[in-house]
Amino acid sequence: MISILNTYEAVEPEKVSLWFKAAPVEKFPKNGGACVKYKGMQIAVFNFTREGTWYACQNLCPHKMEMVLSRGMIGEDQGEPKVACPLHKNSFSLKTGKHLNGDLSSIATYPVKIEDDFVYIGFSE
Amino acid sequence: MKTVIVVGNGMVGYKFCEKFVAKVDQGSFKLIVFGEEPRVAYDRVHLSEYFENGDAERLSMAPREWYRENNIELYTNERVTDIHRNSKTITTLSEKTYNYDYLVLATGSSPFVPQINGVDKEGVFVYRTIEDLEDTLAYADKIKKTVQKPKAAILGGGLLGLEAAKAVMDMGMEPHVVEFAPKLMPRQLDTRSSKVLQVKLESMGINIHLSKATNQILGNGHVIGMEFGEDDVLNVDMLVISAGIRPRDELGKSCGLKMGTRGGIVVDNTMRTSDQSIFAIGEIALYNQMIYGLVAPGYEMAGVAVDQILGIEETVMAAEIDMSTKLKLIGVDVASFGTPFMPAEKGHSIIFENKTESLYKRINVSHDGKRLLGGILVGDAKDYNMLLQMYLNEMPLPKNPENLILGSRGGEDVSFGSAMDLPDTAVVCSCEAVTKGQICCSVKDDGNDSVKAISKATKATTGCGGCKPMVEDLVKETLKSLGKVVKESICEHFEYSRQELYDIVKLRKIEDYDSLLDEVGKGHGCEVCKPAVASIFASIYNETANRQATIQDTNDRYLANIQRNGTYSVVPRVAAGEITPKQLLAIGRIAQKYDLYTKITGGQRIDMFGAQLHELPLIWEELIAEGFETGQAYGKSLRTVKSCVGSTWCRYGMDESVTFAIDIENRYKGIRSPHKIKGGVSGCIRECAEARNKDFGFIAVEGGWNVYICGNGGANPQHAQLLAEKVDKITATKYVDRFLMYYIQTAPPLTRTAAWLDKLEGGIDYVKDVVINDCLGIAEQLDSEMQYLVDTYKCEWKEAVENPEIRSRYTHFVNAEETDDNIEFVSLREQKMPKAWV
Repeated sequence: MISILNTYEAVEPEKVSLWFKAAPVEKFPKNGGACVKYKGMQIAVFNFTREGTWYACQNLCPHKMEMVLSRGMIGEDQGEPKVACPLHKNSFSLKTGKHLNGDLSSIATYPVKIEDDFVYIGFSE
Repeated sequence: MKTVIVVGNGMVGYKFCEKFVAKVDQGSFKLIVFGEEPRVAYDRVHLSEYFENGDAERLSMAPREWYRENNIELYTNERVTDIHRNSKTITTLSEKTYNYDYLVLATGSSPFVPQINGVDKEGVFVYRTIEDLEDTLAYADKIKKTVQKPKAAILGGGLLGLEAAKAVMDMGMEPHVVEFAPKLMPRQLDTRSSKVLQVKLESMGINIHLSKATNQILGNGHVIGMEFGEDDVLNVDMLVISAGIRPRDELGKSCGLKMGTRGGIVVDNTMRTSDQSIFAIGEIALYNQMIYGLVAPGYEMAGVAVDQILGIEETVMAAEIDMSTKLKLIGVDVASFGTPFMPAEKGHSIIFENKTESLYKRINVSHDGKRLLGGILVGDAKDYNMLLQMYLNEMPLPKNPENLILGSRGGEDVSFGSAMDLPDTAVVCSCEAVTKGQICCSVKDDGNDSVKAISKATKATTGCGGCKPMVEDLVKETLKSLGKVVKESICEHFEYSRQELYDIVKLRKIEDYDSLLDEVGKGHGCEVCKPAVASIFASIYNETANRQATIQDTNDRYLANIQRNGTYSVVPRVAAGEITPKQLLAIGRIAQKYDLYTKITGGQRIDMFGAQLHELPLIWEELIAEGFETGQAYGKSLRTVKSCVGSTWCRYGMDESVTFAIDIENRYKGIRSPHKIKGGVSGCIRECAEARNKDFGFIAVEGGWNVYICGNGGANPQHAQLLAEKVDKITATKYVDRFLMYYIQTAPPLTRTAAWLDKLEGGIDYVKDVVINDCLGIAEQLDSEMQYLVDTYKCEWKEAVENPEIRSRYTHFVNAEETDDNIEFVSLREQKMPKAWV
């Protein structure tokens, strides 16, 4: 179980060596998320329309190791963009991955860019 | 670096460690702990829970890692055999020697076994450790194989003895409690309250034998009975002795510490023994010529010893120790405080007794009627905290002190003053020792204006949580006294209550979440306000969860209930639980096809578990083709209307409950509300549909239907209250229409009807005024709003499967056809279940 968690490591924007072309923009609901498969990984991508920004993070909630975060509700806590896990409402910062309402380990976040109406996720490998 | 050695790893020994590491900088002291038992310290008070779950880990005070993380050297299964005071060393059974600067003895007690002929027979046990319990359990299992309906006696009707009786009952044996005194719990209860408890316990299957002196234990090799007198014999197959405790003080005795004449190591108010480097705490400490067998004084002693070792000399044990206790004994509340028994010359008692309800309440009041001196509560101890505070703080009694235990009967006289009447020194949170003054100051001076902020700042409410209602009141009242309006805004994004937002949406005709946020909110929303606003849109426009999917809670967004492993369960509506064999076959076929785990729900319908996201539209397409529609089991909306079979079949039925329940369920189906709503219809007062624990319920009586509202099961069960009597179906429906609509418009988010009514000023009488007498002049409006919801119902699953855009949301990946490979099932009684969480 823990080994799944270790497959996700945060990627800093300047460390991106590969932009994965995930899916067209319209596949992602406004102010909501969807899940992208990349190699063996599941990445949650959020279209934060209200902010005009995109975020990506692991789909795995570190609380009970279920692949569910992309189905969580997004929002903001004192300006910090966040996603709330649909299972137990654990909230994570979409910027830093930090657990905002407890002491779970942080989730991995990934850079996102939009080009020609396509969503790209940044990985370093 | 100085070394502190703790001998004993029980509850008090553990509490010493906890308080010590919290106060000491790491590296300034070395802490070594010896425990004789193989396990780390566990909660002995709740030992009988070991039977319910068989999980010793759950009883642990802290896991072994905790000791490691705090640099505590812990040796379990290691008994300390000698103390050498001259060299300040101890030796252990394995002949190792350790130096100490301070020695803390917390060896606790062992069960007292009276010298009765035959106590050494096989089948006689004591009740103290997990090992004792395991031995008892093994013997019970053996007995059960050879004896039908085996019996077990418990010698001792005190607190522990009754706990043991429960344990024995859980083992599947018939329990018999044998007590020497003429009453149960002789140290805590008076004769009448003991009798009330006895009647209650007997009704639960525990046999009680009082005033019994055991002459000998009968049996050849193993126990077969107890003899009290000639011809007075109780046949039993096992005996558990719980006749009190003896301090485990042999270490103190052998090294020459000053001892009490009947055991116990003498300590002063700093918890020091006659040797200044040696402390004794818990059940071995003889303080004020008393051994205290309760956890709370033991914990206090641990705190005193910690402070004294650290040089904080002003921390000493109180001269008088409060022996007040409250506990749940086999599910029965028992509490006593102050002076529970009081001779008549000191004051007088007010006693309320109701044996049929197993209730007993006694308070002892000073002669001048001004002070509370003590009391006893059996069956209902919810007033214990407030009574204890009144006693501890010597607060003045109200004019009619009987209201303290009887409640105010009519009139405006409230039995208790508000929490604000407590003196500032009153300890409100006893787990973290936070006073009323600290809480109010934190509100006034530091601007902590919510329970959440208070608990962060003072740690109040973070222990058992029992003080939360009191802290809530203190925060609210203090804010009020500062002239601040207590604003019930739903979250940081909207400075409005749900009711205010409801009115705003309706008056300004706002139709989507973003516009509402732009017009009257701020920021970008969160998981609290989004579903709350979604519920408001649904109640006003009756729009389904499909239109604004991303502001819905996850279950509403996918119109299914998310379960443990991220799969979903599916529940079609089966109105009132009436289902045809053809429909049953259809559900069976579909569940089998998609390999779903099926279970009958508490709401008389069928739940199918384990569907993956992409399977949901496929399953629903088939269900809809068979004539089913969504059951909204996922929504904060009407769930089910439960029914009994009623007068069509039942020989007692007064009216047709099934027909009425079907009509009502179909009337309210799909209506979203602040929280889930459940209904019930019973065909007679036998109430098989349990309508009185539903949000609304109808019960057929001679001459019509009785209408009940605002009941619920769940964490805080509450009986529904009578709204109207003997009305016809049309009137009954109209009243419930109005009540539901009024609740939908005025309740805070995620508040069930019972909690809503609790907070509603005027309570049920006010609801009657609104719903029946139309005191607000809104009845007609409520009627038409409800009728609009009824008329515009549509099945949202039908909408979802027929609309390609909505349907396309049901995929796990947006860029691949595959499904989630993280989901694993294991088999369970010929079905499947999610692989357990680690």
